[in-house]
Amino acid sequence: MDLLNALVAFANFVFIPAVAYGAQLALGALGVTLIYGILRFSNFAHGDTMAFGTTLTILITVAMQGAGIGFGPLPTALLALPFAIVLTGIVLVGTDRAVYRFYRKQRAAPVILTMVSLGVMFIMNGVVRFIIGVDDVTFADGERFVIGARDFRDATGLAEGLAIRTTQVITLVVAAIAVALLFWFLNRTRTGKSMRAFSDNEDLALLSGINPERVVQVTWLIVAALATTAGVLYGLDKSFKAFTYFQLLLPIFASAVVGGLGNPLGAIAGGFVIAFSEVGVTYAWKKVATYVLPESLAPDGLAQLLSTDYKFAVSFAILILVLLFMPTGLFKGKSV
Amino acid sequence: MKKLLLASTATAMLAGAAGAEEVKLGIIFGFTGPLESITPHMAAGAELAMQEVSESGLFLDGSTVTPIRADSTCVDASAATAAAERLVTSDGVKAIIGADCSGVTGAILQNVARPQGIVQISPSSTSPGLSEVEDDGLFFRTAPSDARQGAVMADIISGRGTTDVAITYTNNDYGKGLADSFAAAFKEKGGNVTISAAHDDGKADYSAEVAALAAAGGELLVVAGYVDQGGRGIVQNAIDTGAFDTFYLPDGMYGPSLIEAIGDSLDGSYGDVPAAEGENVDTYHEMATAAGFDGTSSYAAESYDAAALVLLAMQAAKSSNGADYKGKIMDVANAPGEKINPGELAKALELIAAGQDVDYVGATNVEMAEPGESLGTFREYDITGGAVETVGFR
Repeated sequence: MDLLNALVAFANFVFIPAVAYGAQLALGALGVTLIYGILRFSNFAHGDTMAFGTTLTILITVAMQGAGIGFGPLPTALLALPFAIVLTGIVLVGTDRAVYRFYRKQRAAPVILTMVSLGVMFIMNGVVRFIIGVDDVTFADGERFVIGARDFRDATGLAEGLAIRTTQVITLVVAAIAVALLFWFLNRTRTGKSMRAFSDNEDLALLSGINPERVVQVTWLIVAALATTAGVLYGLDKSFKAFTYFQLLLPIFASAVVGGLGNPLGAIAGGFVIAFSEVGVTYAWKKVATYVLPESLAPDGLAQLLSTDYKFAVSFAILILVLLFMPTGLFKGKSV
Repeated sequence: MKKLLLASTATAMLAGAAGAEEVKLGIIFGFTGPLESITPHMAAGAELAMQEVSESGLFLDGSTVTPIRADSTCVDASAATAAAERLVTSDGVKAIIGADCSGVTGAILQNVARPQGIVQISPSSTSPGLSEVEDDGLFFRTAPSDARQGAVMADIISGRGTTDVAITYTNNDYGKGLADSFAAAFKEKGGNVTISAAHDDGKADYSAEVAALAAAGGELLVVAGYVDQGGRGIVQNAIDTGAFDTFYLPDGMYGPSLIEAIGDSLDGSYGDVPAAEGENVDTYHEMATAAGFDGTSSYAAESYDAAALVLLAMQAAKSSNGADYKGKIMDVANAPGEKINPGELAKALELIAAGQDVDYVGATNVEMAEPGESLGTFREYDITGGAVETVGFR
């Protein structure tokens, strides 16, 4: 029995990575859920919107680094983020004007809008690769670790190391701030309330004098902020590659559906549920079990439920289970 | 018409010069297709050896050697078979140098070389599968099989006293083949493989993969991946989380970009990369430059050795007939005998004619093992102070 080592191993390989990943998914899922709630379609272009926002952030970061602007121990990308959000917002509102508004005017069925977003996705995907290429881009600078694994071992004398990366802490802090701002905006401001009214009942909202075009524009701006932030945090924490954001679409949608589409609280919960399931199901529990269990019960095998190759299968399985048995999700969203 | 005339003149001449003949060798590489950038240098390497033998005047009572090129396409087995068929039946080649890619090499071996009894020697097919095929003793290669690297890795790692290792490999034939052959060789040496897990290239996040590897444990992580792909992500994440401190980095993970990206934390890691060493390689590169091609290009040196081995074996058997000389290739390639360096083929021919043994070393330090394949040379390296240091050659 060695609870302390078990806890540290668990924190190092499961808890900390899953919390950071969950926060990134939650921010992504919030964007998807807002679009679903207010514009009433599943936005497949969301993953590539994240990639696009991150691309802009990287370009601005590089320019800032070139001009000698830094952020001390924090990544310069955080300084570049607001500018990138504004630019992404302009692009999204522009896309809405050029593409989505046409179909909205015709009161097209949601599935048509979803297909339209698929087209937007392919174009954005191409634009991103055209601008920044398909290779790995590392743009994190500043301090890499809050606690390094070796330092932790030396300081505590434990067998297991614990590493906390700066980017993981930043992810949590920034995500918390973004979520707090979003909820304040939706619940306390006039525009936020009109957005919620529009989401609840479009016709009633129109009758009470809410300007639909303005609601749509504000939604896209908020989505731009959420998507860019999520993309930059993911890129800082892991690495940026144009294609990986497209693959993130599945866990992000799974998060939004699990929490209940259209429900912001649900999106956050869903993000963490998916992240912890993905990491927990594919983690080999041998080490933790060996520390916790008496020697006679310690597992010989890896005690791994699924090989890591099947990480995405976990999201898929959860998505299907929820759709079958709980179509409105954990937090009573709209049924799909 | 012209060809016919030439042919009849040649026949007349052959009849005149007793014993001397024109020995034709087929060179079949993918001059079109995925390897088209390196095959011209490979062919030039083989032709360099033929020219050297031809000009010495000592080969089989003054016979000359003529190369005939054909296109293997590297990927299209039926096209390669047709080309090889033509080489044998219409051009009458006495040996086939090639092919380049393992797939077409196997097709030519089964469809042409074996039925026709022609010796085939490939300078670049490295698939472990070719070690097991039926070849009637006709097939040889001067490039080591991928399985050989696994054995070399096991030697190096157990030689350093490491007994528990975890393996991660890139999810394709190369990664899986290398991981499997290493695991088998390592277990034979008494080592223990805690886990052998695949990783996919092109992902942003490898924390789940590293977590599984860390849970299995081990003193060393063997990364059979690619340096600019998932392999780097795995190494980076393993160092970040403190899962592993020491890594074994085989050929796919050898490259300056890894050290650049990760830095000092890689100190103490080690690995291997296929490489020939020493004066012979330099001599060969100079010869290639003088002949007007790039000797450093991949498998160009192996091609020179392939052609040289075939010709020396013919000399040893005093015959250009495949059935006669196929058994001589291993003899001329290995000890005992006088060592033969590149550019010394004339000396070798003379020695063989005088009835003496030769040990062909050539450009790539050729040492052949059953079933007729080169053992290859691997450079073992350490990473110290952010730089690669050569430890030795195996």
